Order: sequence, then C-alpha cells, then structure tokens
Amino acid sequence: MCDTCGCSDSEVRITDHTHTVVMEQDILAKNDELASHNRAHLRSSDVFAINLMSSPGAGKTTLLERTIRVLDTPCAVIEGDQETLLDAERIKATGAPVVQINTGAGCHLDASMLHRALHSLSPAHGSTLFIENVGNLVCPALFDLGEAARVVILPVTEGPGKPLKYPHMFAATDLVLLNKVDLLPYVDFDVAEFQRDTQRVNPSARILPISATRGDGLSDWYDWLRQPVRS
Amino acid sequence: MHEMAVTQSVVDAIVAKLGDATVTSVRLEIGRLSGVVPDSVRFCFDVLCTGTSLEGARLDIAEPSGRARCRDCGEEFTLDDFILLCPCGSADVSVLAGRELRITSVEVG
Repeated sequence: MCDTCGCSDSEVRITDHTHTVVMEQDILAKNDELASHNRAHLRSSDVFAINLMSSPGAGKTTLLERTIRVLDTPCAVIEGDQETLLDAERIKATGAPVVQINTGAGCHLDASMLHRALHSLSPAHGSTLFIENVGNLVCPALFDLGEAARVVILPVTEGPGKPLKYPHMFAATDLVLLNKVDLLPYVDFDVAEFQRDTQRVNPSARILPISATRGDGLSDWYDWLRQPVRS
Repeated sequence: MHEMAVTQSVVDAIVAKLGDATVTSVRLEIGRLSGVVPDSVRFCFDVLCTGTSLEGARLDIAEPSGRARCRDCGEEFTLDDFILLCPCGSADVSVLAGRELRITSVEVG
C-alpha cells in the first residue's frame, strides 16, 4: 500500500520524489455507470425510454404534444432546458406526467440528472418515456443517459449538410426524423442529399420524413414507437 | 461546452481515487473521433483544478488517430473524420480506435 495516497502497489511506479499512479479509467465512467443503472431500472419497469435530441426550435415539443395524444400506450416526459417551465407546461396540458430539468449553464442532460428525474417522475409500468434533451446538436451526443433508443430531429429549415457538420450526433442515433417537410417547397433542402449524408456517418440509421404540425409521416413514427425495439 | 463536464469528471475521478494527495501531472487520452476538443479541456482543466489537490498540475493529452476496418474488403485504414467510408467504397466499416476518452495515469508529488 502506498503511504502517500493509499493506492495499491501494483499501480505505482516510483521515480525519485514523485510516483506514477496508473488509472486507465474511462473519463465518463461515472456517468456510464449511472446510465447502466438507469437502463436496468427502466427495463425492469418495462419503460421504453427515448432520448430525443435536436437543435432548439426543431419541433421536439410539438411532436411530443401530438404523439402523446395519439399513442395508445401511457407516455411520460422529462423535459431538459436551460431555463423555464414553458415546455413542461405544454406537455402537462396533454395530460401526460412530466418533470422539467433546468440545467442552468449546462448544455446537455447527463445520467445523474435523469436518475433524479426518474425518482421524481416514476413512469408507469409499460409506458413510453420521452426524454427531451437540451436543444443542442453537439454536447448531448456524448452522454449516455440509460435510454433504449436515440432519436434526432432535424427540420428542413436548418438547411443542408448537418449530418456532416455534426457527425457525432448523427452517428449516435437510431432514428432520424426529418421534420417540417411541409415547408420543403419554400426552402433549399435536398432530401436525397440529406439521406446520403446521414448514411455516410451512420449507415444503419433509419430516416422518417415527417411534419409534426401537418401530420405527414407520423403514422410511420407511431409504428416505430410501437415496435419492440427495446434492445 | 461539454468539455467542462468532461474535465470535471477527470478531476472528480482523480480526487475520488487519490484523496488529497498532491497531483503534479495528469495524462489523458482523447481520441480524434471522441467529440472532445483537447484545447477546450486544457482551458477547463486550469479553471476546475483551482482550489483542489490538482491545482498547478501539468496536463498531457495524447490524441490517438481514428482507425477502422472494412467489413467488405478487410482493409484497415486511418479515419480522420466521422465519414465511415473505406477506400474501396464500402460504408460497412467498424471503428477500431479514435474514440478513446481515458485517464491513463497521474503523477503524485
């Protein structure tokens, strides 16, 4: 046992007055451990948890409002925003249980925030849990929350090239919802090019074109939600 | 900036393992495909170490390159970005390296 810090001898290499402690530890080990705990807890309650990610204004909350009213399984929502209860109030109006996490200066949700939210929300057995991450196409990609699936929403109004500009987000997703397709006649957006770009960073991602306001493609989204994708 | 949370995890993990032993240097591995910017971690490190047993510690960051193997032709190749494309044209590739995000060792004074 080392006198300085109590670590085991096998990890220590003495060099004069300092010594090296070998750690070989994942930086996000603590988050990943908590995410595994969340995942096990969600699985044991048969809760299908989806981590919904996009930039701000992509239509996440609008999609959820509509989905909750249509879906035949109970839904619960965890809302992540830097500030305000605005999104939680919109979800509350649908009748679904909801918890708002305000991250303050934080730009993403992490497994510990989800853990606390789960204790407060206690989603019903067999329900679908939507975790609306903080609007951001960069940071949320890195943090496992314990979800069963990841969904990225990209509205056509954001323009081309996003899968290549934000590859980590698109590489880490199971499903891409191409939203606001009702606006395609008014914006410069090539759907085929978007599909090609997405496949370049994530060959297995499925893409569903939808309009959360007009309803295009939503039956495919509901079918996807009903699938036993609970890996 | 997720590098702040990543760097806080580094400081927390080291303090959890070594208590209040004075840390003089920290070695990390941040792969080029990890999505974490080493320069941002360097900036956050100085800020977050202030007032801890890591204050003033040197930070060394190794940046392993991305490597992948093509499942179609079996070729191994360097991956400079997240575009998963083998020189043979196949997109069916598995990433072998470049996603590292590890604390390799620390020096204790």
